[in-house]
Amino acid sequence: MKVLVAVKRVIDANIKVRVRQDGSGVETANVKMAMNPFCEIAVEEAVRMAEAGLADEVVLVSAGPQQTQETLRTGLAMGADRAIHIVTHETLEPLAVAKLLAAVAARENPGMIVLGKQAIDDDCNQTGQMLAALLGWSQGTFASKVVIDGDTATVTREVDGGLETIAIKMPAVVTTDLRLNEPRYATLPNIMKSKKKPIDPLTADELGVNITPRLEVLKVEEPATRAAGLKLETAEELVEKLVNEAGVL
Amino acid sequence: MAILVIAEHAGGTLSPASLSTITCAREIGDTSGGDVAVLVAGSNCRGTADEAAGLVGVAKVLICEDPIYENASAEALAALIQPLVDVHSHILYPATTFGKNAAPRLAALIDSQQISDIQEVIDADTFVRPIYAGNALATVRSKDTIKIITVRATTFEKAAPGGTPATVEDLAPTDDNELSKFIGAELSASERPELTSARVVISGGRGMQSGDNFTLLEEIADRLGAAVGASRAAVDAGFVPNDFQVGQTGKIVAPELYIAVGISGAIQHLAGMKDSKVIVAINKDEDAPIFQVADYGIVGDLFEILPQLSAALAAKQS
Repeated sequence: MKVLVAVKRVIDANIKVRVRQDGSGVETANVKMAMNPFCEIAVEEAVRMAEAGLADEVVLVSAGPQQTQETLRTGLAMGADRAIHIVTHETLEPLAVAKLLAAVAARENPGMIVLGKQAIDDDCNQTGQMLAALLGWSQGTFASKVVIDGDTATVTREVDGGLETIAIKMPAVVTTDLRLNEPRYATLPNIMKSKKKPIDPLTADELGVNITPRLEVLKVEEPATRAAGLKLETAEELVEKLVNEAGVL
Repeated sequence: MAILVIAEHAGGTLSPASLSTITCAREIGDTSGGDVAVLVAGSNCRGTADEAAGLVGVAKVLICEDPIYENASAEALAALIQPLVDVHSHILYPATTFGKNAAPRLAALIDSQQISDIQEVIDADTFVRPIYAGNALATVRSKDTIKIITVRATTFEKAAPGGTPATVEDLAPTDDNELSKFIGAELSASERPELTSARVVISGGRGMQSGDNFTLLEEIADRLGAAVGASRAAVDAGFVPNDFQVGQTGKIVAPELYIAVGISGAIQHLAGMKDSKVIVAINKDEDAPIFQVADYGIVGDLFEILPQLSAALAAKQS
């Protein structure tokens, strides 16, 4: 089985984002970028499938400008076999990405596609579900455990009330939650090896997908900030304040 | 055109997030002139449909009773809703794991770019939503004819009962596409209120040091009628199950009172609780970022302060 993994390049999770003065978005110039943390978990899961003999090839795919290749190299160093780079400078919305991925899936015929459940930049949490819909496949979202047995995948999902287990028909789309696995760090030999792995470029036109945005961003602004409050000494003082000043007890 | 709310429900009642989503639908309807309809799909959900029909602002309820919708499979739900979209301008889901799972599937089937997690309605096409874990707010305008939206429940009041009873219309189930089968669930059973709708929340972080130490929080929670939550660090360390997690990738809460104990205040966590009315932080590190958002802070050892807090609350209550 071939496993396709979609990854996204985002502002590094440890960087505090700054909103641009003109309200057009957040500052991305000269900001450290990295693979979206949920996508790292997706790559790790696919590589483990290959190591367990469940997958015979792990193919990465990402869409974005030239620098997207750095993110793909990171995934190749983790153990993926090859990568596809959909080259574009457009702002991509989840529906457009899902269409691009569906077109790639039609060429590649994977048995499973693994994605992060959401990207930490736009926080949309849409692409995997949309991709499953476009392909007419089943979806196992927010996965904390995936067990593949023949043409069925048993997926344990992190839901609001706890955990839920479903059996889904393969081929399937799986999106990863935080506790599915702990992604590995690439070793130096594997980083060296990844430089020789192929990254094939493609364009939205070649895939026949219209990626024109449907949402117009009117403005981006900082949220209202909270002011730091009072430092208190004792629990008694706290209860007194909560009763008499805040009025919440 | 009407606005359709896809209801999340369990145990014979609508979820609090569904009630907030209905209020959001009402706000959209106030600018577009559309009525609010609610879809209730599942097994034995006649009572839930009647509950929805009695809410202020609901004009129509659609009910589809069939076991294939019992566990809210996104595949089956999307197939049921797709034929209904043409007579609606907006389809709204609560931004819970139910809605996050189901909404994008429908959006892709009808070629609409979903708007996730809206927290404010500007007009029928324009909404405010958080990005970068709430570190920025984006105002977006949709160009799609039919808008698919998930709604952040904490920023909308819950729809109240007492409206003129709406009509309840039966809907035939669509074919089960049999892509997904429910096996089972391990849901946390708790006597305490549900995290996202509790009036008071007390959460523990890595500073709690173990799952056993959460009994210190539970004691205070029981005195206050509070729900117990946790930071991602506490969940990742295995102190408590995943459904305790408050944060960007866990639950978004906005209670009257939020007490953060042994939580440093990573951006990830703040994104899930910074809209609380009053925030209290207890942490031994006086430079912890949590103090920058807290209304009241105590710097000190939580293992000394929590018993004192419990005693002080007991003294107040007696």
